[in-house]
Amino acid sequence: MRKKISLEDARYVAKLANIPLTESQLEKFTSQVSEVIEFNMSLLEKVNTEKIEPTAHVTGVSNKLRKDETEQRLSSDEALQNAKSKHNGFFKVKAILEPS
Amino acid sequence: MNDLFKLTLKQAAEGLKTKEFSSKELTTSVLDRIKKIDPKIGSFLLVTESIAFKQAEKADKLISENQILSYLTGIPFALKDIIVTKDIKTTAGSKILSDFIPPYSATVYEKLEGQSAVLVGKTNLDEFGMGASTENSAYQVTKNPWDLSCVPGGSSGGSAAAIAADLAIYSIGADTGGSVRQPSSLCGVVGLKPTYGRISRYGLIAMASSLDQIGVITKNAEDAALALKEISGYDSRDSNSVEKEVPDYEKFLKDDLKGLKIGVPKEFLSEGVDIKVKETIKRAFTQLEKIGAKLIDLSLPRLKEAIAVYYLIMPSEVSANMARFDGIRFGKERGEFGPEVKRRIMLGTYALSSGYYDAYYLKAAKVRTLIREEFKSAFEKVDVIAGPTSPVLPFKIGERADDPLQMYLADILTVPVNLAGVPAISIPCGLVDGLPVGLQIIGDHWQEGKILNTAFAYEKNYPFNDKPKL
Repeated sequence: MRKKISLEDARYVAKLANIPLTESQLEKFTSQVSEVIEFNMSLLEKVNTEKIEPTAHVTGVSNKLRKDETEQRLSSDEALQNAKSKHNGFFKVKAILEPS
Repeated sequence: MNDLFKLTLKQAAEGLKTKEFSSKELTTSVLDRIKKIDPKIGSFLLVTESIAFKQAEKADKLISENQILSYLTGIPFALKDIIVTKDIKTTAGSKILSDFIPPYSATVYEKLEGQSAVLVGKTNLDEFGMGASTENSAYQVTKNPWDLSCVPGGSSGGSAAAIAADLAIYSIGADTGGSVRQPSSLCGVVGLKPTYGRISRYGLIAMASSLDQIGVITKNAEDAALALKEISGYDSRDSNSVEKEVPDYEKFLKDDLKGLKIGVPKEFLSEGVDIKVKETIKRAFTQLEKIGAKLIDLSLPRLKEAIAVYYLIMPSEVSANMARFDGIRFGKERGEFGPEVKRRIMLGTYALSSGYYDAYYLKAAKVRTLIREEFKSAFEKVDVIAGPTSPVLPFKIGERADDPLQMYLADILTVPVNLAGVPAISIPCGLVDGLPVGLQIIGDHWQEGKILNTAFAYEKNYPFNDKPKL
């Protein structure tokens, strides 16, 4: 299962994570991520985890729901106060769909 | 009166109560100390002088009307700059948030404001809490007050160095894999990470959500008990906080340990731990025995995999939490993340990506269950577990900065506690070559009282009175 991470794998992961990287950063991270994964798996592969449930929560709190009622939270001015680009009380973003 | 900055939280609260001095005088003393000493240390990213004086004035009014709200009323504290404060710049040590003004405050800061505590500033940290030396801050390097050529530990390095240098009476940090305890150990102060869910994390900028917990950094164990009580408790805005009564931790502070069973796992003193650290910790064990504790040898074999579990689960959660920085609602473009943040996002995204999830993340989550179970069965036999906090003494600035794996190993004795969600405290127990060594005391879920009792009894009988020369 364990395999060395290739430069192409790393390029794909950087794209998934939306992290802009230069070619030399990409090379450095490829070897560092490989080294850490190899180290981790060399330890974990030796542990028998058959029939062991994964941990999702440490103190056993289960899903908590609140009443479906509106509450006073941020005003739209407050929510927008850190936005770099806004328009008429909305966040302004780059177009996702281009007109054909 | 000029040395008010030296006081502990308990002493300062008593002085305010008996009107020996005012909150304004205490605050002035601390701010003057920051002006004089912090240029050498670099603890603070922001000093909030005018806010501090306003809050001190409010506290003095309450005190004059005999309306002291808690031990924290009128006492100057420092806050790790990863906890959001309404209208006060919060950077998380990152360039991506260099101009971020939060529109709301974290619950922990609201609680402190509600008790008329006095904020003197926001402290430096590794970017978003990712690091063990505070060298990953995008802004400045914080120096260890005991030796300015050494790191203060991390990620709450600014908060710990500030307490060691008397730049605040107590401070608030956050601990994902040791970020309160390890810098406290390296700076010779007390750092307490309570049980997961004890303190609300609403407004703590999230790093790894199944591990993050806010903690306190203080000058002694008694102060940790006092501060912890005032900021703990359920909060409907953090659905992981737990509806459980907060005990009066002061009641646990007894100066002997008669009948207390302390587990000593051999894995905590195995290879990789500095021989001088080992000797100091063994001496502390003997001292604990002298004040009534019974030492019980333990083995927790799964501890050796804890670091591997942590460095899969944590980056996976980091990659999910960091997705919120889209450069649209707040903050700058994602290219502004520093190298360690990018590295962890890459690591986490890879571990969660299609085809690898079962082999990496799920496998780690299963081994995490085994680690939790090991702690659980240990606590059926003992009251607390003890060992070193950090395997090494404070290291030199720059020494490990280029070797992520070496830096990750600095967390080896603290991460098991976060994986199990149990509480732990680090207290100073001696100096080696002029540098402090921290003793870590771990308790079962919700047993903060037992670890505070152990820490308090130890420091009462074997006080750590050394101070860095500044």
